[in-house]
Amino acid sequence: MSDGLLPAFANPVFGAQSAFRAVLAALSEPGTIHEAGLGLAPPAPLMPAAAAVLLTLADADTGLRHDAGPAADAFLRFHGGAPDASLHLAAFVLVTGEMPPLAALARGTDEVPSAGATLVVQVASLEAGHGWRLTGPGILGDAHLAVTGLPPDFPAQWAASRRDFPRGVDVVLCAGTRLAALPRSVTLEG
Amino acid sequence: MYVSVKGGEQAIANAHAWMAEARRGDPAVPELSVDQVEAQLGLAVDRVMAEGACADRGLAALAVKQARGDLIEAAFLLRAYRTTLPRFGACAPIDTGAMRLARRISATYKDLPGGQLLGPTFDYTHRLLDFCLAAAGEALPAPAEATPDTGAAPRVTELLAQEGLMAAEPPGDDTPPDLTREPLSCPAPRALRLQALARGDEGFLLSLGYSTQRGYGNNHPFVGEIRMGSVAVEIVPPELGFAIDIGDITVTECQMVNQFKGSLTEPAQFTRGYGLVFGHNERKAMAMALVDRALRCAELGEDRTAPAQDEEFVLYHCDNVEATGFVEHLKLPHHVDFQSELENVRAMRATQA
Amino acid sequence: MQTTDPQASRRHWLAVLARAEGPAIAALLPFPLPDHARLRGPETGLVMLRGRAGGDGAAFNLGEATATRCSVRLEGGAIGHAWRLGRDAAAAETSAVLDALLQDPTRQEALLAAVIEPLAAAQAAAAALMARRAEATRVNFFTMAAMR
Repeated sequence: MSDGLLPAFANPVFGAQSAFRAVLAALSEPGTIHEAGLGLAPPAPLMPAAAAVLLTLADADTGLRHDAGPAADAFLRFHGGAPDASLHLAAFVLVTGEMPPLAALARGTDEVPSAGATLVVQVASLEAGHGWRLTGPGILGDAHLAVTGLPPDFPAQWAASRRDFPRGVDVVLCAGTRLAALPRSVTLEG
Repeated sequence: MYVSVKGGEQAIANAHAWMAEARRGDPAVPELSVDQVEAQLGLAVDRVMAEGACADRGLAALAVKQARGDLIEAAFLLRAYRTTLPRFGACAPIDTGAMRLARRISATYKDLPGGQLLGPTFDYTHRLLDFCLAAAGEALPAPAEATPDTGAAPRVTELLAQEGLMAAEPPGDDTPPDLTREPLSCPAPRALRLQALARGDEGFLLSLGYSTQRGYGNNHPFVGEIRMGSVAVEIVPPELGFAIDIGDITVTECQMVNQFKGSLTEPAQFTRGYGLVFGHNERKAMAMALVDRALRCAELGEDRTAPAQDEEFVLYHCDNVEATGFVEHLKLPHHVDFQSELENVRAMRATQA
Repeated sequence: MQTTDPQASRRHWLAVLARAEGPAIAALLPFPLPDHARLRGPETGLVMLRGRAGGDGAAFNLGEATATRCSVRLEGGAIGHAWRLGRDAAAAETSAVLDALLQDPTRQEALLAAVIEPLAAAQAAAAALMARRAEATRVNFFTMAAMR
């Protein structure tokens, strides 16, 4: 339906709990891939995993910025109630097309680093075992994650973003019904 | 510093079972139903809704039953329950001017448009225990009715405003601050103070209000008006884009009118204290209005001399769920801190000896 | 209620449904509820109630109330919404279906007559009764003549 008024989770409690657990696991063990949004049929161009993440985490108190068009907008606002926000103030930024520079997003402060934005990016594919080398908290030794669909300078942007840790941005990568996440504590070598 | 202590799982289970038994009481006596609490202990339910900061009679009644009548415990239960519910949005401010009145009185005007309606009130009872109520089957008199006056009942404050004697309410933001989203910090804007007072402990506010009348803070208040009745609740659902009524709630409103001598910039005029509370609770609405007026001392250029005028003192201590949380936390194991206190005292004694 | 303003009509029936108890609505349904898909809810949450300082001044947050809402889509594609204070999910769902049906010009008049008008009349009667009860407690103060 083009008006975006489609159902969300079949069971709101279990759907949200399951998506929350997937994001939590992905952030806690960077480089691992988890399922999310199975059974969700959001309007295009939203992928089920991205929709699941936003339906679970965004609400009336978190500003949301996205490029997914009017049907997705109607869907997300109807179910989640997240108000519109500018790119540099939004708590959640959803990218389905071209990614804005990481530096343009909210980065929090030293006192409240959690006020930094969470960037949810829809990508073409996610594969473990090869690609970027990830190290840091939650990773025993190192992990590898191959992502297609991000700008080629993403690793450089990531490294720059980490320079004033704990300020920064956290990223959730969604491909179909799978997701992985990059907490700002992780080091990424492209 | 808190210490974890192990053991006691069985003791706790046994304690809870005993509590449940104590709550039920003698099984030969019929069990109290939540419907009975809601209908027949309505004022307890109103208080729990106000201090639990959640207007839902059924939930408040259940909390009163579960808490065995301990109303602060019941407010705590209700507050905890509301954290499980998502916020859909905010309603348009209620219009108490359009209230369907059950009760409406004024101590400042004898005759006023709309008149004085006593409503269901204890005010004229003789405060004698009625032993007829101890026997079941209270015989209710036939309800009295009369043809209503179709005249309007404008606010008493409007009558004073028409003469130019009432200080106008200052404007504010369309989106007022919200204590449920940001922690309180002082100086607090009036909207935040009113939210805190509306959920504040009735006893604490009553005492503070009383203190202002006894000279702790220089108020000479009059009840401009008390209204109790039903108001419509309206919201604009984003998917509709226009306002709709979603029901009615009963509230009690009190306007206290106080004299203000005037200043270099302001002429002599009356000022307001405002109380608004869920359900039927005049004592709370009146106390809230007295304290609201006292806390306005700074914006009205008055000296701050009394506890009721001390914003930090009032606002940080008026929430009884917070207060009981901190007071009752003293029951948690503090063995290690106490042990170190004991050692200190013994050591000091030893050096003195 | 005949009106040239469709929005006013809709606001009226939504208000009447919001104020009606679930069993009262169900008892008046002239036919079983048609099949429908749930778009959202029925779900219970909170709405923040607001007052105005001094009754007519700046808004302040008074406290929350429970509220239940539901949005449905009927087989023909019509969408209905319902919001009400309280926690009655079944009443919210029934009201949302009725909202969708009432927007259909071929069914509106009959449904208004069968469901909305009787509920509205009952609500008006209850309000009128409260007004008469309150009136019976009106006091006319008389100033006492000077004491002798």
